[in-house]
Parts: sequence; C-alpha cells; structure tokens
Amino acid sequence: MASRVGPKPVRQKFHGLILLVCSLLFCRSSLVLAQESPYIVTYEHYLEEPGSLEVEYFSTFGTQRGGNDFHAFWTEFEYGATAWWTAELYVDGQTTFNDSTVFTGFRVENRFRLLQREHLVNPVLYIEYEQISGADKILKEVEGHDVESDFGESNAVLRKEHDHELEMKLLLSSTFQGWNVAVNPIVTRNLLPSKPWEFAYAIGASRPLALKATPNRCNFCLENFVAGVEMYGGLGDTQSAGLRNTSHYLAPVLAWNLPSGWTVRLASGFGLNDNSHQLLLRWGLSREFSGFGEMVGRLFGGRP
Amino acid sequence: MKRTFAWLRLRRCVALAILAFGFGLFGIAGVLAEDVSLHKNRKSTYATLAEAPEKARERKNPFERDPQAVAAGGKLFEQHCADCHGRKLGGTRKGPSLLREEVQQATPGTLFWVLTNGVVRRGMPVWSKLPEAERWQIVTFLQSLKMQSVLSQSLNAEIMNADRMNTEPIAADPVAPGRHIP
Repeated sequence: MASRVGPKPVRQKFHGLILLVCSLLFCRSSLVLAQESPYIVTYEHYLEEPGSLEVEYFSTFGTQRGGNDFHAFWTEFEYGATAWWTAELYVDGQTTFNDSTVFTGFRVENRFRLLQREHLVNPVLYIEYEQISGADKILKEVEGHDVESDFGESNAVLRKEHDHELEMKLLLSSTFQGWNVAVNPIVTRNLLPSKPWEFAYAIGASRPLALKATPNRCNFCLENFVAGVEMYGGLGDTQSAGLRNTSHYLAPVLAWNLPSGWTVRLASGFGLNDNSHQLLLRWGLSREFSGFGEMVGRLFGGRP
Repeated sequence: MKRTFAWLRLRRCVALAILAFGFGLFGIAGVLAEDVSLHKNRKSTYATLAEAPEKARERKNPFERDPQAVAAGGKLFEQHCADCHGRKLGGTRKGPSLLREEVQQATPGTLFWVLTNGVVRRGMPVWSKLPEAERWQIVTFLQSLKMQSVLSQSLNAEIMNADRMNTEPIAADPVAPGRHIP
C-alpha cells in the first residue's frame, strides 16, 4: 500500500506539466476561420492546412428498435502534416440509455492528396486503421451488412466483439459554381482471418448560402453557413455484394463557420429502409488552431 | 483478473497509438519548421506565378476597383491568408511575401489561378473551397495594394514638388485607416 503512495505526486506533477505544455501550445497558436464542409460522414478533397490542428467533438443520438436508444460520441484530432497529407486520431465512446457508458475504441486515419492541382474531379486516398469494439455506435460509416439489429444487444454483450479493421476510401470531389459534390467508395477489411472485404459508399453535395463575402466581420452572415445533403450506406461484402440486407441513410447537413474559429455542424439522418435506424441526430463542434505544428517543432529544436 | 489484463492491454494499445501519432506529429512539425524557411526571399517561390496558363492569366477580375470587394477581400485575407503571409503581407516563415514585385505585377487572373490551385508542393493549400466570388474579392484586395503604393508614390512626388515650389501640397490620404499597408 505504502509503495502506491510514493509515485502519485510525481505522476500528478507529470500530468500537470503535460496540461501546462498543452495549454501553452493552444494559447500561443492563433485561431483562424475554418471554412469547414457540413458533411459528417462524407469527405471532400480539402485537407487540413499545413501545421494546423483541428480539434473536433461529435455526438450522435440514435433511435433503436428492439433496444435502447443511444448517444455515441467521438473526438477527432486532425493535423495538417503537409498541404497533401492530413493525419487524424479518433477516440470513440457511447452511452446506451438504461444501460451504460463505454469507451469503444480508437481510429487512426491518413488522407493523401494525389494530384497537385485542382481538376474537375480531385482524388484523395484515405487509409484508416481502427481498433474498436462491437459496442461502437458512432456510425461514422455504415459498411457491408451493418444493420440496426446489430446494435440491439446490451453493451456488456457487444463489448465482447473486437474489430481490427483497415479501411480505405477514394475521396472523389469536385467544386463548381459554389457547389461541392463528393463521392466516397469505401472498402473495409477486418484484419481477423476469415472475414470478408466489405463495401460501402458515401455521397454528398453542399453549397454556401452566399457566394460573396460581406465587408464586415459577422456571425450570422449567410456566407458563414454551408448547407447540403449526404447519403451513405452499405453495399454488402465479397460473399454477398449488393443492397440486400444493408442499411442506408439520407441526411440534410448544415455547417456554421464562426469568425472566432469555431464551427458548428448539424445533421439529421433518416433511415431509408427497415434495416436502418429511424433517426440519427448528429451535431459537432470544432475549432482550428493554426501554427500548432510550428509551435511543437520549436519545442523540439526547430528554427525560431 | 482476465478483465484487468484486457483493460491493461487496451490501455497499452491506446497509449502506443497516441505516442505513434504524437511522434509522427512532432517529426513532421520539425520538418515543417525547417521547410518553411525556404519561402524567404527565394525567387523560385514565385515561379508558380509563371506556370499559370495563358487562358487563366487573361481572366478579368469582375470586382476590379470595387471598394466593397476590397474591404471584403481584406477580411477574407485576414481570416484565411494572414496566418501564413503575414498581416502586413510581408511574409512569414510559412508563406512568402505578397509585396514582392512578382506578385504585385501579376495579372488578376494569375493571382486567381494560384489561389485556386495552391502550391501544394510548397505547402500552400488549394483554396477552391472558397467560392469563386470570394477568391476574386481576395485578388481585388491584393490589387488594391498596388494602387495604394502607386498613389503613395505620386503623393510623395507631389509633396516634394510642392516643397520645391513652396506651395501647399494636395491634402489627400489614399490610405484608409485599418487597411494593410506595406
């Protein structure tokens, strides 16, 4: 017992130091207006600005037939390594009402811009590794034969299943006359043996509510709002490809980019068939810290 | 007991993932810190301007000399560009100066083309996510600086002439308060 008492203050000091460093980093990083897309599931081809860190929090409230409704949440740390490479870390969790709150896993993702310049269609390669439990309900993507009934069990049962997945997406996106159209074909491979490749899709279209900026700084100007719609769902797997026994969602989406650097996103996803959750209500809050990479670089001996 | 081990393993995995992400981040940040100094006063930094296709170069700015567009462009510049190019456009470690002759002499179409396509290999992201009108507003703002510098020069010349001739100079302030002045 006595041995446990000793290291605690040291650990507390260490945690304090980390907190201090983090707060210093964040304080010294400047805030910039993020021009974020409203999509929650679909990706467009725009990457994080180099050296910027975007911290995002998302919530999903989902209805569940034959079980308890849930509130799933995740935090994203999105870092622009270069103008053609963005790295991201997700930490997921969920609360199932009348059941429990559980940590459900993490994801590490990288996005690579394949072409240097803008084209009619711009491809970006997306590679993600995820280590999540069966209780993960963030529904960031709906793959293969994912259906509502998969989530009906209690957290205790669902947590027994562990997934190590490699997910690849080709993000195809185009912007014309203010409109953005993005199409993401998705392929997922569970790294456990004997599991098939799963297929999925996400498509979206969005447009700012005003295409011209006003001269004054304002919170409620139309130019700060981007509205759109996205649709996503599974396409089966290598054993049974197609739409049979798959779920699909259609979601109107809205982003509000505030001049203070905050972005608010709202989306309400409606299930399109009997295999889908009837409603997925999502919202997210994010803030971009520019110059974060430079700050960290300086800590590790980069040139002043 | 089994659960404790599983929890420990999970914690270790999470810690490893965070460390890996962190090391990647720090390493990249270091490289970036070295890389950004390349922008400073290198002629090749501006070489991209010459890469703009003829058709793009000849495009006309729909907001040319529109004071509203200058103000809006100034706001957009502050929000999206000033972090790299500096609030006074003189450049930072992350982005080159926009006051250099190469930029000031570039046609509006060229500036619009660079803004749209970025200079990805040198760290400038593509800005086509801003609507076309907003990109033109930024170009209008950048062009207004050239006008201001021409006006300042002519005013200076006039003051010098007035001193010589011992007459009153024309009282005019071509620079509105709050504008970005080199």
